[in-house]
Amino acid sequence: MVDTVVFLVAAVVILVGALGVIFSRNPVHSALMLVMTLFGVAVLFVAQGAHFLAAVQVIVYAGAIVVLFLFVIMLLGVDTAENLSSEPLAGQRPAAAVVAVASVGLLAVLAVRAVQVSTGAEATTLPLDSERSNIAVLAEVLFTDYLFAFEVTSVLLVIAVVGAVVMARRPRPAATDELEDDGSDGDDLGVERHTQTEAELA
Amino acid sequence: MGGALFLLTAAALASGRPPRGFYALFTVITAVLAMVGSALAWGRVTDPARGAYSAIGDAIMVDGFSVFFGIVITVAIALAALLADDYLRREGLDGPELYVLMLLSGTGGLVMAMANDLIVVFLGLETLSIALYVMAGFQLRRLESQESAIKYFVLGSFSSAFLLYGIALVYGATGSTNFSRIADFLADNLLAANGLLLAGFALLLVGLGFKVAAVPFHVWTPDVYQGAPTPVTAFLASASKAAGFAALLRVFLSTFDLYRLDWRPIMWVLAVLTLVVGSFLAVVQTDVKRMLAYSSISHAGFVLVGAEAASDRGLAGALFYLLAYTFMVVGSFGVATLVGRRGDADHSLPAYRGLSQRRPLLALAFTVFLLAQAGVPLTSGFLAKFYVIGAAVEAESYALALIAMISAVVSAFVYLRITVAMYMTVEEGDDAAAALPFVRVPPAAALSLGIALVFTVVVGLVPSPVVDFARDALPVLVSAGP
Repeated sequence: MVDTVVFLVAAVVILVGALGVIFSRNPVHSALMLVMTLFGVAVLFVAQGAHFLAAVQVIVYAGAIVVLFLFVIMLLGVDTAENLSSEPLAGQRPAAAVVAVASVGLLAVLAVRAVQVSTGAEATTLPLDSERSNIAVLAEVLFTDYLFAFEVTSVLLVIAVVGAVVMARRPRPAATDELEDDGSDGDDLGVERHTQTEAELA
Repeated sequence: MGGALFLLTAAALASGRPPRGFYALFTVITAVLAMVGSALAWGRVTDPARGAYSAIGDAIMVDGFSVFFGIVITVAIALAALLADDYLRREGLDGPELYVLMLLSGTGGLVMAMANDLIVVFLGLETLSIALYVMAGFQLRRLESQESAIKYFVLGSFSSAFLLYGIALVYGATGSTNFSRIADFLADNLLAANGLLLAGFALLLVGLGFKVAAVPFHVWTPDVYQGAPTPVTAFLASASKAAGFAALLRVFLSTFDLYRLDWRPIMWVLAVLTLVVGSFLAVVQTDVKRMLAYSSISHAGFVLVGAEAASDRGLAGALFYLLAYTFMVVGSFGVATLVGRRGDADHSLPAYRGLSQRRPLLALAFTVFLLAQAGVPLTSGFLAKFYVIGAAVEAESYALALIAMISAVVSAFVYLRITVAMYMTVEEGDDAAAALPFVRVPPAAALSLGIALVFTVVVGLVPSPVVDFARDALPVLVSAGP
């Protein structure tokens, strides 16, 4: 009984949110409606006993990603009303329709045939109905079998930081001056163009 | 080996504010230390009493195969760092960032080569790639460099997604991401419906094929190779490709060995397309860096020929090819770095006119690298091609061997075209050629080119130690613990 009520409430929240994302005139409202949808999905995860997924859903999607959306919307300006009648990429709407139908078809096929493609292999984690919470099981797997992967991820984050710093900084002014002052280089370029035109003529 | 890896990362980040040339020297020393570490590990894994072992929860595998690739990648780092030293100063970009990224990227490559788990392969690939995206766009003032970084980033992200999806499907089909456990599972169980597994194969092949620039996943290669700063291109063409092949060979030849009947035809098609497209499109290029980019695609095809043979001999051939190729390609792009001058201004063929008169030694070195890439006898390139084609013949892939030989002939035309441009006699009074600027050869780059040159020639003359090295460097599957 409780399950059914929870499901119904969550489903209504999700659907209203999803429709709101599409029909809102204001992009900020759309983003906020998306948060509502994602919260609804998180509730469904909790109802299924997948607490870890629910937490990740709220933290990563509702928290980080939607905030990112809002950042972009704010940066681009909220007032600019999107003109939906023009198509910047020709033919993208029919293509989108095809992809949508194909995705739904794929999901349907998967749902129908899911039983037949299962392989009987044991999962790394425990089945959901076991005594232990899945957060504990995931933590155990992460810090034993996948410890190395976990550590390498930190290296990856370091690279992301270094890379962002490198890409974001301006070219050094000193170097730019040098390039402009260096007269001989300019001569080289002139000669070079001359050579190229000759080669083209030949 | 693991220690060397962490030294590589930690030390690169701790570097202070030193005199000029220090960063490059530091990078080279780190790479050489890692190489020594690999050599010590080699002694251990080839010792029959001890053999290969896996470590850190079976996440990484230390065997001859990973040690071999450790050496290939550290060689690539050292040579590329030597090239980068002068290049960065010339461009006014001197600083530790490029070296840090190069070392981190190399670490990613080592992780990929040692990985015994699909997740670790993926993380290694990302570590390698993200550093490379930044390195490709390192030259902030050049639009081409920025463009190549963006192209590489967008396409690379797609390919990573493919790889990840493939990993997910393989996990779904076998219940593990660990290579040893996957192989055990596939050996013990016969899958009634293996569609999931095969789809996983295909997606893995797309992801890794992108990294090694196999056709049809090659479209990024010419643009990125051309746009990236040339020392980075050298690194990209050597270390990144080697790491991609390390993962590809280990995943398919050792983990999915039982399913070779399923993946060999795909590999066959990939190899043929890569060979043909690489060598034929190289012919019509006018920019030397693009030519070398297409030729590196066709080299990837040769390595795939070795992989397609799916035998120990094919694998050893592929490994030898990669080692020889690393030296050749770093040397070639090294010469391109020097000739291209400030801002990678001019890599067109006319820039190489009369190089033999202006810089006889440089022209000679470039000629040797090009001839080696063409597969002329007495160079390492000839033996490399010989071994992979020999393996293909042994595996009765006659058509593939034939196509490989034809494309070798076609691409020889490209290399000879550059050589002719260099040695073409410049007539008296040819102002344009005479006015081409003097090419300065800094000592660090000369050292790098010299090492590559010596290796290419010596291995061409006395191949047996390296051949034995490659033959012993086969991947091992150590059964996972309980």
